[in-house]
Amino acid sequence: MTNEALQSLISSWIPDLEFSEEESQFLNITVTPEHLHQLMKDLKTNKETSFDYLFCLSGVDWQPELGVVYHLESTTHRHMLVVKVKTADRENPTIDSVCDIWKTAEFHEREVFDFFGITFNNHPNLKRLFLTEEWEGFPLRKDYEDEINMVIK
Amino acid sequence: METTAVKSNFKSEEYFINMGPQHPATHGVLRLLLTIDGEIIKKVEPDLGYIHRSIEKMCERDSYQQIVHLTDRMDYLSSHINNEAVCLTVENALQLEIPDRVQVIRTILSELTRIASHCLWWGVMGMDVGALTTYFYGFRDREMINDIFEETCGARLTMNYNIPGGLMFDIHPNFVKRTKEFITHFKTKLPEYDTLLTGNIIFQKRTKGVGILSKEDAISFGASGPVGRASGYSCDVRKHHPYSAYDRVTFNEALKTEGDTFARYQVRIQEMWESMAIIEQLIDNIPEGEHKVATNAVIKLPKGEFYQKVETARGELGVYIISTGTKNPYRVKFRSPGFSNLSLLNHIAVGGKIGDLVASMATLDLVIPDIDR
Repeated sequence: MTNEALQSLISSWIPDLEFSEEESQFLNITVTPEHLHQLMKDLKTNKETSFDYLFCLSGVDWQPELGVVYHLESTTHRHMLVVKVKTADRENPTIDSVCDIWKTAEFHEREVFDFFGITFNNHPNLKRLFLTEEWEGFPLRKDYEDEINMVIK
Repeated sequence: METTAVKSNFKSEEYFINMGPQHPATHGVLRLLLTIDGEIIKKVEPDLGYIHRSIEKMCERDSYQQIVHLTDRMDYLSSHINNEAVCLTVENALQLEIPDRVQVIRTILSELTRIASHCLWWGVMGMDVGALTTYFYGFRDREMINDIFEETCGARLTMNYNIPGGLMFDIHPNFVKRTKEFITHFKTKLPEYDTLLTGNIIFQKRTKGVGILSKEDAISFGASGPVGRASGYSCDVRKHHPYSAYDRVTFNEALKTEGDTFARYQVRIQEMWESMAIIEQLIDNIPEGEHKVATNAVIKLPKGEFYQKVETARGELGVYIISTGTKNPYRVKFRSPGFSNLSLLNHIAVGGKIGDLVASMATLDLVIPDIDR
């Protein structure tokens, strides 16, 4: 499917989605945390989109928002799509997990939790992946204070 | 009377054991927490982070030329391909026209890297299941490729030969001759691999029907590279999203449908043949021309987001760069193949024995710095 066809199809599912192709080689969709899980489920199960391959899941600190970027591809149609979700809550950011849709999300979401402190609802095993449980703060956040130069010089 | 009482009280109990971080079969510092009942595995939980260096955070501090050098410390057996991935991302963002000569040389070097990586994998794969000789065969052939690399770029492991805009310097005058010599040599040696290990009945019994991964699960777990292709999942980035010179060569994507450890083994053996075929198509036709195009000393990417995927020896490596228009990236994410491939280890190991886990892990071909970026 072309980006235009994808956009017209997906925009009929959920209202208030933001579409953009600027400054990116993919079609980008920005969705609110409330609608994320429904959108992702539809993207995977709908026969026309069938995004069955989540090839990248990245946490991003956009300042002031925190968020997650999902890169999706369909192995049958070979079209690609980027979904972004943002939350303004830096104290207690919470986003729904997509582990039940793509199993690869389990490790990727643990990595995001580890480095950005974003909590994923309904994640089966949400705990730090690389750092120790006692580690304070979330190193990949832009406001992380690294007093002992542990991470970067 | 007493013995029956003992018997009825006897029950098996689950317990934990540690595998690693210094276990030889974990190929680096990977610690696996195994829950086992007797010899049967109930759960495998990887404990990561022993060599995490925070490469993604360091990238936010560095210039785009410097980032290239960090990437060969991820999957060090595919260092050349990792470098290429970052260079391609930067070049696409700057919309640079890369000379044909560079593209062809990059492709040849990538395929040599793949063969070298698979040679090492084949050697340690045999060793993991108890065949020590393979190690020496694999390293003997890998050595020839390392010599070619050393002559061309001065390094044997961390190449740093690709730079944004092309290659650091032109190929060595001996490059074509030595590469051809290697191909001639390896064509007679690769059948030996089959004689020595593939046909071995003990090896086959240890690998066939072990660690089965279905195609649906392969896609869902984000498996890529030989791990995905052994489950019948066509996931070769070189075919689906060709970069450099892959669109001008013909090769077959190695595919198997069994999804077991032996299929993953066979896919890698076949990939070595395909890599040789790719090199043969290109080695006599390296176009003349410049080995790089000029870039600014300080590279600033335009504002935006850039993604590039390449096929390393382990699978799909993705480079995701968010730029705000300055000389440093705002955020860099490496989607490494080993990370996703490790996540399915629990799935394929549960219900098997510890010995099967070692065999399965060998064909996942994990490189730990690739996971602990």
